[in-house]
Amino acid sequence: MTDASSLPSDAKLVCREVWKLFGARAGETLRALGPAPEIGRIVDAGLVPAVRAVNLAVREGEIFVIMGLSGSGKSTLVRLMSRLIEPTAGEILFNGRNLLAASTEEMVEIRRHKMGMVFQHFALLPHLTVLGNVAFPLEIQGVAREEREARARKMVALVGLGGREDALPRQLSGGQQQRVGIARSLAVEPELWFLDEPFSALDPLIRREMQDEFMRLQSVLKKTIVFITHDFDEAIRLADRIAVMKDGAIVQQGTPEEIVLSPATDYVREFTRAVPRSKVVRVKSAMRPVAGTAGGAVSERATVAEAAPMFLDGAEVLAVKGEGGAVTGHLHRADVVKLMLGG
Amino acid sequence: MAEAILPRARTWPRWSGWVLALGLFLVLRVAGKGLAPWAFDWPKAQTVPVARWISAFTKWLLNEASFGLFTFAELTRFIAAVIDFPYRIVLSLLATGFLKGQGSGAVQILPPLAWIAVIAVFALIGAWAGGRRLALLVAACFTFIAIFGQWQSAMVTLASILVAVPLGVAGGLMLGILAWRSPLFERLIRPVLDLMQTIPVFAYLVPILFLFGFGPTAAVVATLIYAMPPMTRVTQLALARVPGELADLGHMVGCTPRQMLWRVMVPSARDALMVGVNQVIMLSLNMVIIASMIGAGGLGFDVLAALRRLDFGAGLEAGFAIVALAVALDRLSHAAAARQAGSVQGGPVARHPYLAGALLTVLIAAILGLVAPAVQTYPAAWELSTGTFWSRVVEWINVNFFDFLEAIKNAVLLNLLIPFKRFLLGLPWVGVAGLLAFAGWRLGGWRLAVLTGSLTVLIAVAGLWEKAMITVYLCGISTAIAMLIGLPVGILAAERDRLWTVVRAVIDTLQTLPSFVYLMPAVMLFRVGDFTAMIAVVAFAVAPAIRYTVLGLKGVDPRLIEAGRAMGCTEGQILRRIRLRLALPEILLGLNQTIMFALSMLVITALVGTRDLGQEVYIALTKADPGRGLVAGLAVAFIAIIADRLIQAGARAARARLGLGEGAA
Ligand SMILES: Nc1ncnc2c1ncn2[C@@H]1O[C@H](COP(=O)(O)OP(=O)(O)OP(=O)(O)O)[C@@H](O)[C@H]1O
Ligand SMILES: [Mg+2]
Repeated sequence: MTDASSLPSDAKLVCREVWKLFGARAGETLRALGPAPEIGRIVDAGLVPAVRAVNLAVREGEIFVIMGLSGSGKSTLVRLMSRLIEPTAGEILFNGRNLLAASTEEMVEIRRHKMGMVFQHFALLPHLTVLGNVAFPLEIQGVAREEREARARKMVALVGLGGREDALPRQLSGGQQQRVGIARSLAVEPELWFLDEPFSALDPLIRREMQDEFMRLQSVLKKTIVFITHDFDEAIRLADRIAVMKDGAIVQQGTPEEIVLSPATDYVREFTRAVPRSKVVRVKSAMRPVAGTAGGAVSERATVAEAAPMFLDGAEVLAVKGEGGAVTGHLHRADVVKLMLGG
Repeated sequence: MAEAILPRARTWPRWSGWVLALGLFLVLRVAGKGLAPWAFDWPKAQTVPVARWISAFTKWLLNEASFGLFTFAELTRFIAAVIDFPYRIVLSLLATGFLKGQGSGAVQILPPLAWIAVIAVFALIGAWAGGRRLALLVAACFTFIAIFGQWQSAMVTLASILVAVPLGVAGGLMLGILAWRSPLFERLIRPVLDLMQTIPVFAYLVPILFLFGFGPTAAVVATLIYAMPPMTRVTQLALARVPGELADLGHMVGCTPRQMLWRVMVPSARDALMVGVNQVIMLSLNMVIIASMIGAGGLGFDVLAALRRLDFGAGLEAGFAIVALAVALDRLSHAAAARQAGSVQGGPVARHPYLAGALLTVLIAAILGLVAPAVQTYPAAWELSTGTFWSRVVEWINVNFFDFLEAIKNAVLLNLLIPFKRFLLGLPWVGVAGLLAFAGWRLGGWRLAVLTGSLTVLIAVAGLWEKAMITVYLCGISTAIAMLIGLPVGILAAERDRLWTVVRAVIDTLQTLPSFVYLMPAVMLFRVGDFTAMIAVVAFAVAPAIRYTVLGLKGVDPRLIEAGRAMGCTEGQILRRIRLRLALPEILLGLNQTIMFALSMLVITALVGTRDLGQEVYIALTKADPGRGLVAGLAVAFIAIIADRLIQAGARAARARLGLGEGAA
């Protein structure tokens, strides 16, 4: 686990030793229990330990996924990060500034211009059309009608709902409704984008489609993202980094690759068991140093599974290219086969 | 006793407590008269003069009370002015026209809206809310009113409603929002709301009459007080039920508290709020009719006057007009609630075609009205009066069936009503209080016991025991008959969907009718007295008995019925052993509602000469004695509360016994 002192303070969002206990007189009780109370003692004191001693840093431009089973405290954690609820203890920095010290007016400003949120059950206003919903955050800010509708139209088109502007939420399918939710959260061009289980209420096929859509959007927008999910596969697919939560605490955080290759606890190992290594391991970790010459070219950042088809023409070795385009290593057929068969 | 004969039984059977309690009660009833006469009749000299205190308090309020900056009388005058102003305008618009000058010397400077224009406007509202069919229905209802010569009265009634409804909705909305925001405020008003829903409407009228005087303003105040509590409750519930995600959304887009309330919470709760609006409309109609006793005028006054003259024809005609108005308003508000807003582009006329159409019609009708008076006022020559026809029908019935009807009435009176009344009047109040407290203890613990016992004692102490017993007797018999009708009808309807559709349409319509309307036919056939009151009460209270029985039976898990069939139960066994048993909690709630309906109607039947608490309120009303009226009203409320709490506790116990989970009742 990351400890509080090692967190970079230049990250977009930092949580330091953040606690949230639900129940009466939570603050006093937590202080009385000492620096690192056992979960059992908190429960005995009649409190619900929703978030415990969380340390994390979300870096500019990354997709930070928080993964955990139902009730593990994920929603509580995002609500803390956006200060919808106040932490019982700890510190939250946004752009290096203490978010908890911001006044009500400052919070309103920050939320209006710098944060966006997508909700699990879409949270669309039933009396507004698609366009009205997407323009809603702008309307609240007092943006003139012409301008907000023009911007909302752009967002609606961006999420692929062009032509449905005048539909009401209940006339749309779940997937379409969530597209509206996404468009709305993007309308204010937020710096930090929260998505709380955005696809959990959707059918598996639609969910897959929405994940692809989400990746496409991110490749264009390059936002800083906090993404919540209870689905480990979804986390692996989307994340730059993952934090795994259990009972309110983060049990491990790292890249998908790190987590799959070296799970910190048995709890995490349970999730990783069904994940094929080749879909997580990047070429960069599987390659060997350059020796001789090799044909083809595969990116360092591709997963092994993505690189595998390039061996179909009989090649034994492929050249690997780094970010700049220079050859950084060689990928051998034997290693790829081993990883793919090893599951 | 049973447990003495069975020495092996270690624990006493559940009912042994009941046997003991009833035994004690019986001993008191038989032997107590000589030993403790005070247990039967609370000594007159010891009566606590609550009524006098309240009357004195109201007088003090009116004459002396002051809040520093202004006096109480000034406050009531201010409220009256606030209500009076819009009322005058609406009344002028609909009925009297705009007048200049006072009394008989007044000159009309602007006529009221033409009758054709009013019909057209309401039809347009119908078209806007629900399409062409609704427009036709509404137009038919209003035309009916015009044809049968009830236009003027109906417009007076409508004016009161049009003023009371927006005020009631706005007031209820505000109180509901406050209650939703502040738990403290919620805790403060909850008991007040509970009490207001159980105090019979008549009882409100007395203090209002006292504070606001006789006239339409007082009637609107009464209507507001009557219609606001349900709106408050609906608002609070509706706001509390808005999904938390929507509140989060509001915060995340940076809403100010005001934007949060009006842009997010209230619009999201719209559907539920519209249910409240519908309730306010229907309750206002009901109350405006009843408030004719304190000067509301309009259709209610026509019914009341006809009742006093025993002019059935006129009464029935006004009654039918009330029904037409009720149907039109109910369908309109339902359709408006269900209407889905869409957005339309274009200029002001294109965006509001109905509004533009309505304004145009009003204008054209006004201009045409100058030329052709028939457009302005419905010509008297075209009116159909069915009054004499109905009077003749009643006469004919009375001539041909008098003996028959009289025989029924007398048989029921002699064999059922009077013996039951005697029995109840002979009960010692101490014993009744004890028995009710015992029932409370068995069903809901000592808190309930204290509540039921002390409320009973309070009734006796206020010197209203005898009148209360008459109320209980009429209410009890009416409820029993309503249940005897409601259960079988409900059982039949629960199995036959087609029948249920018909029955539901009938009881839905019955429930939209103001309670006053029920009196007319009953009086026509049986003239005044307890029997007439009973018929009216049964007719009014049978709807919930049917509805809850059907809902309960339909709610029974079909797998259990199949299981019963698989075990070889006959249909009769399935009905008795499975369906009725599992539907019991629901049926008990139906019983509860039936009692509440019966009590609220019973008070109104004072008009047809009962001798119960309702009569007490009625007398207080004619004497403008607020203390007497309120105390009697509270006594009715106490009876309602005792019945309500005991039955709710019984339903909860039944639920727990059947393993249906702790459903909130
Ligand atoms: N307002 C609250 N009051 C009391 N307890 C709460 C409150 N909100 C959440 N909890 C508790 O905190 C714990 C974490 O809840 P949270 O909603 O954060 O979980 P989650 O990981 O988002 O679960 P899910 O996947 O079901 O959304 C749960 O035990 C929950 O019961
Ligand atoms: Mg959650």
